[in-house]
Amino acid sequence: MALDVARLRSAFPILVREVRPGVPLVYLDSTATTQKPLSVLAAMDEFYRHSNANIHRGVHTLAEEATTLYEDARRKVAEFIHAPAARQVIFTRNASEAINLVAYSWGRANLASGDLVVLTEMEHHSNLVPWQMLSAERGVELDFIPVTADGLLDLDVYQALLTRTPRLVAFTHMSNVLGTINPLADMVRQAHAVGAVVLVDAAQSVPHLPVDVQALDADFLVFSAHKMLGPTGIGALYAKAGLLEAMPPFLGGGDMIKTVHLRTFVPNDPPHKFEAGTPAIAEAVGFAAAIDYLKAVGMESVAAHEREIVAYALERLEEVPGVRVFGPTAEHKGGVVAFTLEGIHPHDVAQILDRDGIAVRAGHHCAQPLHEKFGILATTRASFYLYNTKEEVDRLVEGIYQVKKLFG
Amino acid sequence: MEDLYREIIIDRYKNPQHRGHLDPHDIQFEDDNPLCGDHIEVTLRTDGDGRITEAAFDGKGCAISQASADLLMESVVGKSLEQVKSLGRQDLLDLLGIELGPVRLKCALLSLKVLKAGVYGLGESSDALVE
Repeated sequence: MALDVARLRSAFPILVREVRPGVPLVYLDSTATTQKPLSVLAAMDEFYRHSNANIHRGVHTLAEEATTLYEDARRKVAEFIHAPAARQVIFTRNASEAINLVAYSWGRANLASGDLVVLTEMEHHSNLVPWQMLSAERGVELDFIPVTADGLLDLDVYQALLTRTPRLVAFTHMSNVLGTINPLADMVRQAHAVGAVVLVDAAQSVPHLPVDVQALDADFLVFSAHKMLGPTGIGALYAKAGLLEAMPPFLGGGDMIKTVHLRTFVPNDPPHKFEAGTPAIAEAVGFAAAIDYLKAVGMESVAAHEREIVAYALERLEEVPGVRVFGPTAEHKGGVVAFTLEGIHPHDVAQILDRDGIAVRAGHHCAQPLHEKFGILATTRASFYLYNTKEEVDRLVEGIYQVKKLFG
Repeated sequence: MEDLYREIIIDRYKNPQHRGHLDPHDIQFEDDNPLCGDHIEVTLRTDGDGRITEAAFDGKGCAISQASADLLMESVVGKSLEQVKSLGRQDLLDLLGIELGPVRLKCALLSLKVLKAGVYGLGESSDALVE
C-alpha cells in the first residue's frame, strides 16, 4: 500500500523546521541517523515523567513499571525481527557495540591463531576494526569478499573463500554507501554448509526492509535504534540461544551476575549476562515506540516507498552532467545514493547544498576501504527513508545544479 | 553562510597564486586531514635572517582547504619564522573572512597546521599548533 507521506511527515516535528528563515529542511541523511516521530519522543518523555526507576532489583511500583517497560521493549524488538525468544536479544549501546561484544566474547572464546574470518570490502568500519583488533591480538586471519565495479559482492570469490573453511563470516546486509542489498539467505546457507558462524550487520536493513532472523538463519545479527526512528544510545544484538549460553560475559558489573563473592562471581543467564550496569532504559522505551510506529506503517510499505524514491533519484541524477553514482542498479539497492560531482570536492557539494536546507553527508561514511577500492577519497551521500518525497529529490537535483553553477 | 563560498574562495580554489613545490627549499612539511583525505604540502624558502622569501603549497581537497592554503602562503611571504610561530586560528579566519563550523574549521586550519609544524621542525603536526 502506498504511504501517505504528507500525513506521515506531520508526525515528525523536526521535518517542519526551517534551517534558516525561509529555507525548509530537506533531510537526506537517514543512513547516518533518522528523525524521530512524536510517539517516540512522547514515550520517552512519559517514561521520565511517570515511571522512571532503575530496573530488575527494585520491588517498588516504579521499579516494577520500569522493568516491565524495559522487558516489553526487548520483546517488541525480538518480535520485530522474528526472533524465537526475547532472551535472544541483548540491548547494547548501538550496532558497533554489538559487534564488539561478539568479537570480544565469542571471538576470544572461539578463534585462535590461523583461524579465518571472512569479511567484505563494503563493510562499515564497525564491522572491520573489531576483527582487526582480534587479528592483531590473536593472529586470526582476515580475508575479504571483493566488491565488483557495479557495487555487488563477488560471490565467486566468496565460494573460493569458503573452501578455506572460515570460522566466521561477517558481512553487511545492506551497504551504507552503495546501498547494495546482499543476497543474505544464500550467503548464510553457504557459510553454514562449511561450518562457519555468520554475523550479519543489519544496521541498514532492519530499519528499511522486513527482516526475519529465523528465515535468514543468521547466528548473530546487529542493529541500532537511532537508524530506525528510535533514540541514540541503544542497539541490539540478536544471537542463537546456544551461542549466547556458551559465550563468556562481555562487560562485568551489576545485573550481569547471579552471585558475587570477593574473589569470584557466577554470571547471570542471557540476556542479562551481557548487560552490565544500568542500561539505557528510557531509550529502550523509545526503541519500542519506534518499532510500534514502523509496524503500524508496515515494513513492506516502507521498503516499497524507498524503492520508488531511490529509482527516481537514480533517474534524476543520471541526467546531471558530471555526476557519477556508485553502487548497483535500483533492483539491488536500498535508499542510499552516493555520488561524486566531477571536479568538486564532496565537502563543498554538501556545504553548498546546505545553503538550500538540503542535509546530505560528505566523506567516506565510515567505509574508507570501499572508497579506496573505487579510487576516491570521499563521496556525497543522499539517503532516504519513509518520510522522504520525490519533491525532495527534485530539490537535491536543483541544488546540485547550483553547486555546478557556483564552481562553473 | 552565503559568505562561506565568497568569490575570493572560489577564485583562489580555481586560480591559486601559490600552488607548487619549491625546489630547492629550506622548509618542507606535509600532512592529511584523515576525516576527508585533504592533503597539503608546504615548501618555504628563507633568507639569512630567517625571513620567508617564497612560499608554496601543493595538495588536494575541498575549496576551503585549498583556498585557505593559497591565502596563507601569500600572507607569510616577508614574515619571519618567529612571526609564523605566533599565527593562530583567528589569523587564518581573518584571511578567509568567513565563519566556519567545527567540521569545516579542520579543513581551513590544515594548511596552518602543516606550515607551523614545518617551521617548528616537528616530526608530526598536531591540532595543538592551531588551538
